[in-house]
Amino acid sequence: MGALGQFFQAIPFDLIIIQTVNGIVTGMILALIASGLTLIFGIMDVVNFAHGELFMLGAYIGFVVFVTTGSFWLALIGASLIVAILGAAMQIVALRPLIGRDPLNTILATFGISLVLQNYALWQFGPVVRKIPEPIGSHFTLFYLQYPWYRVLIAVLSAAIIGGFWLFLKYGKLGVWIRATAQDRVMAQAMGIPVPWVYTGVFAIGAAMAAASGVLFAPMVGVNHTMGLDWVLKAFIVVVVGGMGNFGGSIAAAIFISLLEAYATIWVDPSQAVIVSFVVLILTLLFRPTGLFAR
Amino acid sequence: MTTERRDKVTTLKDLPLGTRRLSHNAVFWIGFCVVMALLIAAPLVLPEFWRRFLTEILIWGLLAMSSDLLIGYTGMVSFGHSAFFGLGMYGAAGALLIVSPPNLWLAILCGLAGAAGAALFVAFFSTRLRDIYFAITTLIFSQIFYVIIFTWTAVTGGENGLIFTRPHLTIPFLYNARFTSTTLHWFVLAAVAGSYLFLRRVTQSPFGTVLQSIRENEARTRAVGYAVERYKMMSVMLSGLFAGLAGVLYAVQNEFAAPDFVYFLTSGDTVIYNVLGGIGTLVGPIVGAGFFQLARQLLSQWFGDQFPYLIPLGIVFIAMIIFLPQGILGFARRWLNR
Repeated sequence: MGALGQFFQAIPFDLIIIQTVNGIVTGMILALIASGLTLIFGIMDVVNFAHGELFMLGAYIGFVVFVTTGSFWLALIGASLIVAILGAAMQIVALRPLIGRDPLNTILATFGISLVLQNYALWQFGPVVRKIPEPIGSHFTLFYLQYPWYRVLIAVLSAAIIGGFWLFLKYGKLGVWIRATAQDRVMAQAMGIPVPWVYTGVFAIGAAMAAASGVLFAPMVGVNHTMGLDWVLKAFIVVVVGGMGNFGGSIAAAIFISLLEAYATIWVDPSQAVIVSFVVLILTLLFRPTGLFAR
Repeated sequence: MTTERRDKVTTLKDLPLGTRRLSHNAVFWIGFCVVMALLIAAPLVLPEFWRRFLTEILIWGLLAMSSDLLIGYTGMVSFGHSAFFGLGMYGAAGALLIVSPPNLWLAILCGLAGAAGAALFVAFFSTRLRDIYFAITTLIFSQIFYVIIFTWTAVTGGENGLIFTRPHLTIPFLYNARFTSTTLHWFVLAAVAGSYLFLRRVTQSPFGTVLQSIRENEARTRAVGYAVERYKMMSVMLSGLFAGLAGVLYAVQNEFAAPDFVYFLTSGDTVIYNVLGGIGTLVGPIVGAGFFQLARQLLSQWFGDQFPYLIPLGIVFIAMIIFLPQGILGFARRWLNR
C-alpha cells in the first residue's frame, strides 16, 4: 500500500491535466491539417507534400493581412481564401497533367512545389520569426498557470471548421459530388459530375483548411519558413496511423498522438518527444498497417 | 548453329571499315574510358575551387546513384537517404576521432557499418510497404535518426557536429601520404567508378532482374514465387551501403560530420538529382547532381548568395516531372541497361 501510494504521489497530476489540455489544443490544429491531407489523398490519390507549406503560407498571409487591417478574423478568412485560390492554381498547373500517372509522380511534384513555396517565403519574409498577437487576451487559472482562453478557442474553432466541413460533405451538393467521386471516379464522371473540377475544389478546400490552421496556430509560437516540414511530417504520421483516406480516423489519431507527445514532454525534452509519435507510427505499421482507427 | 554464327562474323569482317558497327559493349566501354580519362585529367587542369566542386559532385552523384537502385530499379522512392548518408558520416567521424592514428580504411569500415545498421532498421520496418507508404516511412525514419543525432549531444556533438582531421591516404605497405585535393579527387573517383560498375553488374544480374520485375508488377513477382520482401530488403541494404560510402567520402573531404546532412533536405536533394538526371540509368543521377550543383553555383554567382536558387530549380524540377519524367539521360536508359 505504501509503495502504491508513493507511486501515485510520484505522478504529477497537475502537470498531466495541463498537458491534457495542451495536447487537445495542438491535436485539434493537427486534426485540421491532417483532415485536409487525408481528404486530398482519399479522393485524388495524391500525397500532398506541400501541405505543410500551405499551412506555413497561410500563417504568413494571415500575418500580412493582420498587419494591414489589424483584424485577426479578417486575417483568418483572407488567408484561407487566398491559399484556397493558390491551392486550386497548384492543382490545375502541376497536378492535373499527372492524373492517371503513378501516384509517386504526384508526391514528387508536390515536393517540388513545397521547395518553391518554402524558398519563396524565406526570400520574401527572411529568416525572422513573425508573430500575430492573440485576438483575445484573457486568461483563466489552471493550477499555478494563467492559461490563455485563446488556446481553448483554437480547439473550439478547429472543431467547428471540421464539423462544418463534415456537414458540407454530408449534405452539400458539392459534398455529395466529392463523396461520389471518392467512391467511384468513372461512375461519377458518367453521371455528369465534373470530376477534374471536383479534384480542384477538393484541393482548394484542403489548402484552405491548412491555411486556417496556420493562422490559428501563429499566435502560439510564431511564423517561420521551416515550420511547414515539421507539421507535414506530423500530419503524415497522423494520416498513416489513422488510416489513409479515413477522415474520422485521422482526427482521432491527431488527438491521440498530440496527447502522447504532450505527456512525453513532462519527462523529456520537447524535441525528443516527437520520437513517441514515430514509435506509434512504427508499431502501427507493424501490427495494423491499415491504420489504428480503421473500421 | 555454329556455322551460322561463323557466317555472321565473316560478313561483319568483310564490311568496309566505315560502316562496320561496333558492338554495344565496345561502345559502352569506350565511352566509360573516355569519361574516366576526362575525370582523371580534370583536377590537373581545374583551379582549386572547381577541383573541390567536381569532387563534391561525384560524392553527391554516388549518393544519388545509390538511391537510384531503389527509385529506378526497385520502384520504391526513398525520401530517407539522408539517414544512411549521415550515419556513414558519423560512423567515419567516430572511427577517426577514437582511433589514433586515424585510419582511412577503418573509417570507411565504420561508416559502412553505421549505414548498414540504419539500412537494416529501415529495411526491416518499411519494405512491407509500397509506393507512397514507403516514401513517407523512409522520410519519418530519417527524421528519427536526425532527432537522435541532434539531441544526443554527448556523443554526436549535437548541433555543432564533430570535427576531425583528415586521415592519410594509405595503401598498406605501398603508400602513405597526406591527401592533396588531387589525390582526394582520384580516390573519390575510384570509389564512385567502382560503385557504378558494381551497381551496374548488380542491376544486370538475376537479382537485379527480380528487382526490376518488382518495380513492374509486385503482385505478379510474388505469384511467380520470389520472396519479394527479401529482395526489397536486400535492395534497401545495398542502397544504404553505397549511400553510407558517399557519407564517408563527404566526411573525409570536409573533415566534419554535421546533423544538417541527416536532415530531410539531403534526402530531398537526392530525389531531385534522380529526377533531373533520369531514374533507372545509374549514371543519370550523377549527371543530375552535376546539373543541380552547377546551376546552384552559377545562380548564386550571378545573382548573389541570397538568391533563392531553389525557386527556379524547383520550377524546373516540377516541369521535368510533368513533361520529361525520364530525365536528362532518359533517352539513353534502354541503351545503358542493355
